[in-house]
Parts: sequence; C-alpha cells; structure tokens
Amino acid sequence: MKTNDIILQTTTKVVVFIIILFSIFIFFKGHYTPGGGFVGGLLTSGAIVLLLLAFDMKTVAEILPINYIYMTATGLLFAVGTAAGALFFNVPFLTHAFGDVYLPILGKTSLHTATIFDLGVFLVVVGVTMTIIQTIGGDE
Amino acid sequence: MINFLILPILIPFLTGILLIFFAKNVSLSRWIAGISSFITIIVSALLVQKVRVDGIQTLDVSNWQAPFGITLVSDMLSALLVLTTSIILFTCVIYSFKTISKEQERFYYYSAMNFLAVGVIGAFTTGDIFNLFVFFEVLLMSSYVLLVHGGSKIQLRESLKYILVNVISSALFVITVAYLYSVVGTLNMAHISVRLSEIGESGIVTVIAVLFLIVFGLKGAIFPLYFWMPGSYYAPPAPILALFGALLTKVGVYSIMRTYTLFFLNDKDFTHQLLGILAIITVIVGVIGAIAYSNIKKIVIYNIIVAVGVILFGVAVMTPESLTGSVSYLIHDMIIKAALFLLIGIIIAITGTSDLRKISGLIKRYPGLGWTFFIAALALAGIPPLSGFIGKLLIVQEGFKEEHYWGAGIVLMSSLLVLFSIMKIFINGFWGTPQAYKDEEAVPVRKLLVAPVILVIISVLYGAGSEFVLPYISQAAETLSNPSIYIEAVLKE
Repeated sequence: MKTNDIILQTTTKVVVFIIILFSIFIFFKGHYTPGGGFVGGLLTSGAIVLLLLAFDMKTVAEILPINYIYMTATGLLFAVGTAAGALFFNVPFLTHAFGDVYLPILGKTSLHTATIFDLGVFLVVVGVTMTIIQTIGGDE
Repeated sequence: MINFLILPILIPFLTGILLIFFAKNVSLSRWIAGISSFITIIVSALLVQKVRVDGIQTLDVSNWQAPFGITLVSDMLSALLVLTTSIILFTCVIYSFKTISKEQERFYYYSAMNFLAVGVIGAFTTGDIFNLFVFFEVLLMSSYVLLVHGGSKIQLRESLKYILVNVISSALFVITVAYLYSVVGTLNMAHISVRLSEIGESGIVTVIAVLFLIVFGLKGAIFPLYFWMPGSYYAPPAPILALFGALLTKVGVYSIMRTYTLFFLNDKDFTHQLLGILAIITVIVGVIGAIAYSNIKKIVIYNIIVAVGVILFGVAVMTPESLTGSVSYLIHDMIIKAALFLLIGIIIAITGTSDLRKISGLIKRYPGLGWTFFIAALALAGIPPLSGFIGKLLIVQEGFKEEHYWGAGIVLMSSLLVLFSIMKIFINGFWGTPQAYKDEEAVPVRKLLVAPVILVIISVLYGAGSEFVLPYISQAAETLSNPSIYIEAVLKE
C-alpha cells in the first residue's frame, strides 16, 4: 500500500524552521537562564529527525550534506579549544573570559567565551544524536 | 606553568579529535598517533620530575577554589601511573601498525585508543570523586568501541556482556557517590577525607566503603567480581588486549588504593580485613585459573587477577612499606602485562592458535621472541633482580611482620605457581620440535618485537635500577600512608 504523507511533509517544511529558530533561541537563552548548547542541540536534532520521518534518508542527505562525525569532532575542537585557551593566559584550565562590548546595531552586548564552549556542545550533541539515529535508521 | 598537570590529559584528547578528521588517511594517522603518544611520555616524565622536586601539583579547574570546584591532583602515585600509562599507550600504538588491518584502522581505531588514554590518565589525575566517575565513563565508552572493533562474532558476544556489567557497575558507582555525598556533603576527595575523619566510626561509612569496593572491584576484577573478565578480555586482538589488561583493571585497583587510604580509615578492622581476605581469595582463584588453562591468552589473563590480589593485599596490610610494595608492584605489573600480551599476540600471529598444545619449538626459529618472553616471564614471577621482586618482597615482608601469616604465605606461594604457569608456556611452546605453521612467513616478527622489547627493557631497568626508582615509589607511598600530605596540598590549609 502506498502511504500518503503529504500532510506530514507539508507541515514539516514549515515546522522544521520554527524548531530550528527556537533551538537557536534556547541556545542563546542558556547564557543566563535555563537552556544552552545541550538542549539546543537536542532540539535541532529533533528537527532533523522530523525531516527524516517525513522524507527519507537520501533526501535529507541531499538537503543537509553534513558529515555528522566531522561535526562532532569540530564541536569537540571548539569545546577543548576554548578550555585550553586558558593555557595561553596562564590561568587554570577551563577558565573563561567575558566582558561588555559595544556592537553596531545590537548595542552594548555582554560577550562570554562560554558561548563558544556551548557552541561546541551544541555541535557535539547534534553530531552524536544524528550519527546514532542514522546508524540505527540505516539498517534495513 | 600552573596547567602543566593537565597536559597528559589534553594531548591525547586533542590527538583523538584530530584523528577523527584524518582517520581515512591511515599513514598520516599512524604518524600523528605515534608522535603524540611519544610527546605524552616526555610530558608525563617531566611531570613526575616536577612532583618530585616541587611536591604535589594541584589545579583548581575553571578557577573555582577547592573544595567547591573540581580539583585535579597530581601526587607521585598519580604522576607515576600517568607516565606508565603513556608508555603503554605508545608501545600499543606502534604495535598496532603491523597487527591491525588498514580497514580497521580507518574506523577511528587510534582515536578510540587516545580517548581511552584520556579516561585512564584523567582517572589517575582527578581529585574529585564525581569527576572520577566521569573519567571512568570516558574510558569505558572507548573500551566499548575498542572491544567491538573488528566486529567478529566472539567480540560482539563478549562486548554485550561487558557493557551490561559495566553499565550496572556505573549505576552503582553513582549511587555510592550519592550516598557518600549525603553523608559528607562534598565531592572533593581531600575534603571528603577531612569530613569522614570528623565523623569517626559509623555504620553508614562502612557500608559506603563496601559499596566502593564492589564498584571498583568490578572494574579491577577482584574475587568474586572477576567473572566477566576472562571472557571479555579473550575477545579483542593483542594490542587492545594489552591496553585493557595493563590499564583498565589497574584503574580499578588505583581507585581502591586511593579510597582505602584516603577515606576509609576509621573502621580498618572491618574494611581492610575484608579487602585483605578478598585479595587473598583473588590470588588463589587467579592462580588456579592460570594453572588450569592451556590457552596462552587465558593463562596471562588469569595472571592479571593474581596481580590484582597481590597489590590489594599490600593495601590491606596498610603499613608504609607494604604500600611502597603495592605501588612498586602496580607499576611493574602494568608494564610487564602489556609486554606479555604483546608477545602472546606475536605467538598467536605466527601459529594462528592460542592453544598451547598445538604450539612447539618456537625458540629455534624465533630466538629473539623466545628470550624476550623468557625475561618477561621471569620478571612477572618476581625473580631478582628483575622488576616485581622489590614490590613482592615488601608486601610479603610486611604481611609477615603484621602477622598476616596466611595471606603473606599465600602471596609467596602464588609467585611460585605464577612462575610455573608462565613457564608452562615457555616449556611447551618454545621448546620441543619445531613445526611449520600456515601463514607464518607473512608475520613481520622483528618489527612486531620492537614494542614488547621496549617494555621488557623498561621492566629490567625498573628492577635493576631500584636504587634510583625507589625514592620516587616511596614518595608515592608516603602520600598514601599519610593522607594529611594530600589534604594539605589540595585544601592549602
């Protein structure tokens, strides 16, 4: 029997963007309040899994030609890099730096190196989750 | 540089990440893995020297003062173990070049090895009980990958058991840490020690001590929790087996050593006696296994169990000299077990079997292999002046002095039987009429011998140069027998 998933596919096309936007929001929200790279990453992978459900693995691989293993490694590099950056300033490992910077348009913004660390976490979470799901889903 | 003690963790970590990118280029990843593990050796050797000169090194990660943040602590024991670990990593990496197929190397083999080293070195370095759990997980994850790497039938079967056992023990670990936290309200090991000594003798603390013994005993393979080990360690190829045999059980042993000398000092009559009894039964069980089997892999695997028992018996006796013996024997055992597993890997590669009855006369055609194995076997049994002698001597001597006649006697007897079990391999496998084996021409024996020969030379130097090594070992044991040194260094009171 041929399944009819036009409703799912049409909704997915819209919803995926909402989820990804929300995950970015959560990612930045995590700076001072609950949220952050881990939850954000899970949400983003949730969006990609939705795509996988609505379409098939081949289509998704065409839309997002990402090697998730490299993505994980890149995330790890970000995280370790931020942590190890402390070595150059001779402060204990993992010590972060922060400060208020004046940016055009955004105005006075407080920037924190923890955000880069969190970006690493985000990438690792998406990379690992998607690798696992694709490996299991790829088995026929 | 205040971050120096984190370098032995950081270098393999970065290497592991980089190797994910270059995994498909086998020769490049071999170079990276080899060079970085060599650098790790140099850095850890410098760390040992730094600890020797400047005393215990601590690092309050992320600049949170102890006991509030996570503290990494490098005392002599941990620095020496880190150095040993990096040496074993290096030898296993260069041994892998010729034994693991290119197809397998492409599948993140060296990354997993480096991540394993991160976990092991991290576990040796951390001064925080929950962080210890985290590093245990890191090394377990990598060990799952390595155990199943290659995907043969036996590996899949055994890794299933291995994962099951370790998931349960990890859960128990967290539960135990939670128990401990509810009693003392801190996770910093030095701080826990202070709080526990304030509490004094109490039932709950004894329960926690036994729970820790179960958790670490499962990892370290003490009686009766060793049941998973002979099967699981039998499955993977030689270099991975060497890594596991030399490092993983020793992390468990190290953790028992640390917790039983730092935390649980109030009810020694119960906890340390229990540890002593279990250690002795472990020795007996290990020896029985080592003698009973005629499979060379199994023989050496059971010898791991014997060594674990011997080391822990020294911890249970708890005198400064017996602890010195334990530390000395622990390092000796890591090196010599790695060497033996690598040598056995060569024998299996030549003969295509691990059944001793099908092997004979190897020494005629491979004299180098034969004599290296012979020296390694003597060192394992603790024949002077090779390594292992000093450690065992101190443990047995203190055992008799403290009137643990049974225990010390059994440890002494076990050496003889260990020698017998390993000489059985030598006599049956190396003597006798030479045979021709299928595929033996394809084995690059000389190149493979490099790694075990390095380890055997280190072991010989370690034994013969006791005069030079012993001050380092006794500095390590001093911190164990006198926890206040450790506590002062961490809490800076």
